[in-house]
Amino acid sequence: MSLWRQLTYGFHKLVHHRAADDEAADEVRQYFEDAIAAGEARGLSTEAAKRAARLELGNMTVVREEVRTYGWESTVRTIGSDLRYAARQLRSHLGFTVVSALTLALGIGASTAIFSAVDPILFEPLPYPHANRIMTVWTSGQGARSELSFGNFQELARRSHSFESMTIFEPWQPAMTGGAEPERLDGQAVSASFLQVLGIAPALGRDFQPSEDVFGGPKVVIVSNRLWQRLFRGDRNVLGRPIKLDGDNFVIIGVMPRSFDDVLSSSADLWTPAQYDTRQIEKDFATPAWGNHLRVAGRLRPGVTRAQATEDLAQIARTPWPEFARPRWASMRRGLIVDSLQDDIAHAVKPALLAVLGAVLLVLAIACVNVVNLMLARSEQRRGEFAVRAALGASRVRIIRQLITESLLLAALGGTLGLGVAVAGVRALVALSPPGLPRVDAITVDSLAFAFAFGITTLIGVLTGVIPALHVSREDVQPALQQSSRRTAGGHAWTRRALVVTEVALALVLLVGAGLLLRSMRRLLGVDPGFNTAHLLTLQVQTSGHQFDDPPSAPGAGENIRRRFFRQALEAVRKVPGIEQAAFTSLLPLSDDPSWVSTYGAHFENDDPQSGHNVFRYAVSPGYCQAMGIPLISGRCIDEHDTATALPAALLSESLARSQFPGQNPIGKRLHVGPWNRPWYIVVGVVGDVKQTSLAIDEPDAAYLSTEQTWFADDTLSFVIRTRGDAAALAPAIKNAIWSVDRNQPVVRAATMDTLLAVTNAQRTFVLILFEAFGIVALALAAVGIYGVLAGSVVERTREIGVRAALGASRGNILTLILRDGMRLTAFGILVGICAALFASRALATLLYGISYLDASAWLGVIALLTAVAGLACWTPAWRATRVDPSVTLRAE
Amino acid sequence: MSDSNTDVIQGTLDMLILKTLSLEPLHGFGIARRVEQISRDVFKVNPGSLLTALQRLERAGWLDSEWRQTENARRAKFYRLTRSGKKQLEIETADWTRRSSAIARLLRQEG
Repeated sequence: MSLWRQLTYGFHKLVHHRAADDEAADEVRQYFEDAIAAGEARGLSTEAAKRAARLELGNMTVVREEVRTYGWESTVRTIGSDLRYAARQLRSHLGFTVVSALTLALGIGASTAIFSAVDPILFEPLPYPHANRIMTVWTSGQGARSELSFGNFQELARRSHSFESMTIFEPWQPAMTGGAEPERLDGQAVSASFLQVLGIAPALGRDFQPSEDVFGGPKVVIVSNRLWQRLFRGDRNVLGRPIKLDGDNFVIIGVMPRSFDDVLSSSADLWTPAQYDTRQIEKDFATPAWGNHLRVAGRLRPGVTRAQATEDLAQIARTPWPEFARPRWASMRRGLIVDSLQDDIAHAVKPALLAVLGAVLLVLAIACVNVVNLMLARSEQRRGEFAVRAALGASRVRIIRQLITESLLLAALGGTLGLGVAVAGVRALVALSPPGLPRVDAITVDSLAFAFAFGITTLIGVLTGVIPALHVSREDVQPALQQSSRRTAGGHAWTRRALVVTEVALALVLLVGAGLLLRSMRRLLGVDPGFNTAHLLTLQVQTSGHQFDDPPSAPGAGENIRRRFFRQALEAVRKVPGIEQAAFTSLLPLSDDPSWVSTYGAHFENDDPQSGHNVFRYAVSPGYCQAMGIPLISGRCIDEHDTATALPAALLSESLARSQFPGQNPIGKRLHVGPWNRPWYIVVGVVGDVKQTSLAIDEPDAAYLSTEQTWFADDTLSFVIRTRGDAAALAPAIKNAIWSVDRNQPVVRAATMDTLLAVTNAQRTFVLILFEAFGIVALALAAVGIYGVLAGSVVERTREIGVRAALGASRGNILTLILRDGMRLTAFGILVGICAALFASRALATLLYGISYLDASAWLGVIALLTAVAGLACWTPAWRATRVDPSVTLRAE
Repeated sequence: MSDSNTDVIQGTLDMLILKTLSLEPLHGFGIARRVEQISRDVFKVNPGSLLTALQRLERAGWLDSEWRQTENARRAKFYRLTRSGKKQLEIETADWTRRSSAIARLLRQEG
């Protein structure tokens, strides 16, 4: 009741504040008039009665104020007027306001955006129940992680006691036919317990059953919500329906929830049991079940730690049991690696993300320093104003409240802009994000990160805004008033100089990082891939369908049909106008083709049987080297004469030939690539080295064979087409040419080589762009800081400069005086920055290619750039100092 | 006279106002004058304190106010006790009596 009246009265007074003020004034005046009338009634004259009333009752204005300001609404009105005053202040000092708000916006926005992007990958728990219990298992091969075989998985799953459930998973990319165009889908072949390991059940239908994960078992799939919506428009009757994949009818048994995020393969849209053949697993090692190509994950039993699981698996790896066979290449004798799923998926991107996070924290630090600097400069200018207001009777609390209001208004302005920057930044980050960055779908503006960045900048802004005011209002008003007219150096000059030094130092750290990454990128782009990337279009075709199966009656018949299809497709492609050369290959350089699938042991005649090289095996059509522009070093290329009936021919890469046959002619030597029970390949030529997985990695050992002479026909080949004009424009015509041969074969990737090249460099480009952007921001903020301090100092030293000029100092002298002052600060900042950057850049070492983190030209270039920008920032205040007219300044005192 | 303390005892102004208004509705100056008269000039009422106290009591729902003609034909804001104001006066009176008699007992014992 009473609270309600408080509110209604207050609101009424707020809305009708003028009428309320009038009423209060009326009541007070009435009171005084009554008092005067009472005095007159006692027989006093009007004048005497008035005097008596004033003596007895005090100042009428004070009473009126007292009455008027009663109630909570009066505080609201004060805040309102504070805000109006603050807004006026900010508007009248537009330069200060714009620079401060932009500084805040950049600091808050950039750090929020980066943290939002990094958080789901590095810090946020994965979207599975008890996600910290999900582990991945690798074998350790030459110190690196490598995949396991199904045989090993089976042994681990049966013998280990640490895991509730374990699963294998491998990429599965079936071609879907029956639609308008054949299409390749992305999926995973998994164990029946795959979804149990992740802890997510299908939203519709059911999970796999162990009886479905056996060789020759039923063909079933679980599909993602995404695929369900796209293919079946969310039809709930989809269960039990067939879907044609690689020529077989698969039955849909389940649909995953919309929220399901498969962090092991974010593009996966369907899952099927892997159905390995385990009948001969103890005897026959030449089966897919013994290939080291499977990833393994498992869910720990409750209470079991990662260390215990590691020890458990290490124990199993050390002690083979007779009932579990282990071929030489799957002996597990190098031990096993158990990693948490969270760390596992972040493994590849962690250094880059941490570097970016570090960079953005530097930006935030620079922004904070800049805000402190600006606030100090501002309060320096306002000492006089505070003194005047204190002298006019403003209480200390009132002045401080006014300052807090101003700081908060500025913070709100910066925060709003910062939120905009954060939203735009997150969008840009997702757009820029390199392929393979996990959990991109989970990236949204993180409100906690925003609150943190906003909170810390606001706190710093308010504190630095208020501390000088405490100072001013505590001291005697008199000297402050005098000081404001005398314009001598202020007390915060030293602090502000230290802040500028800090800013320059922080900026240098960031710029060194950006410089190193830039130099490293230049180096990388300067690397010769070993072939000509210009005007090169690539199309990957994946054959699918039962016509390519080998019937038991005629082994090899299906393979021949597959070879014929590719031959005919190539002929059709070569007829497309605008094409200079066309060929195909089983393994395309600088693509995301899994290169380990195409890595084989090469074994030369007369080699020690134990030795062998791992080489990339390229099965190519005639004209491949010419179409790619791979230089022929000696001998000849693969050509039309290398048919199934001719002697098997092979090309070696230059490095392989040189290391295998130093000082000899490799032509005519014989080797096996893969199985030893096949005829020897005879070396007919040597070609230049090619970069396969990335420009940054040297893996030059390669052997090229004719697709007609391989022991199996590759089902997926990439066409490489050298065009006369724009390569991308020819893609539709070439697709149609391929489909004119068989319209059921999907073209799974069509991209120019330049695009593929950009993709392989994407992670480096991503980090580089961010460092460059942050570096520019840091540079600008540092320049603003230097300019601000110097401009302030010139204003403060006007008198001194005037005296100097009067005593005969030339403009040049004065210019040098101010410039030297600014450059001394810069030099000191650079010195401090160099020390800090020596530590900080070491963290970048893993991201650099071809240069050391101490790369001289990057360091010198950055220092020169920073010095030049600082010089520019010093120039304006210095030039302004030379315009000081001694007669005017001296007379003004 | 000027040396003796005429301040209203801390916390009793509300009660004095309520008591004064329980006799008849009055305007601000009338209340002050009545308090001074009845207390025989022991208490002098500060106009700022009185007028803000009136606002406070009105918001608490113990008083109503309206602008009316005074006996000498001027407009003034008159305050009137409400029913809950009467109840409040009883509570405060009882409370005051209890406390003042306790203080009186203590002082007597001292003497």
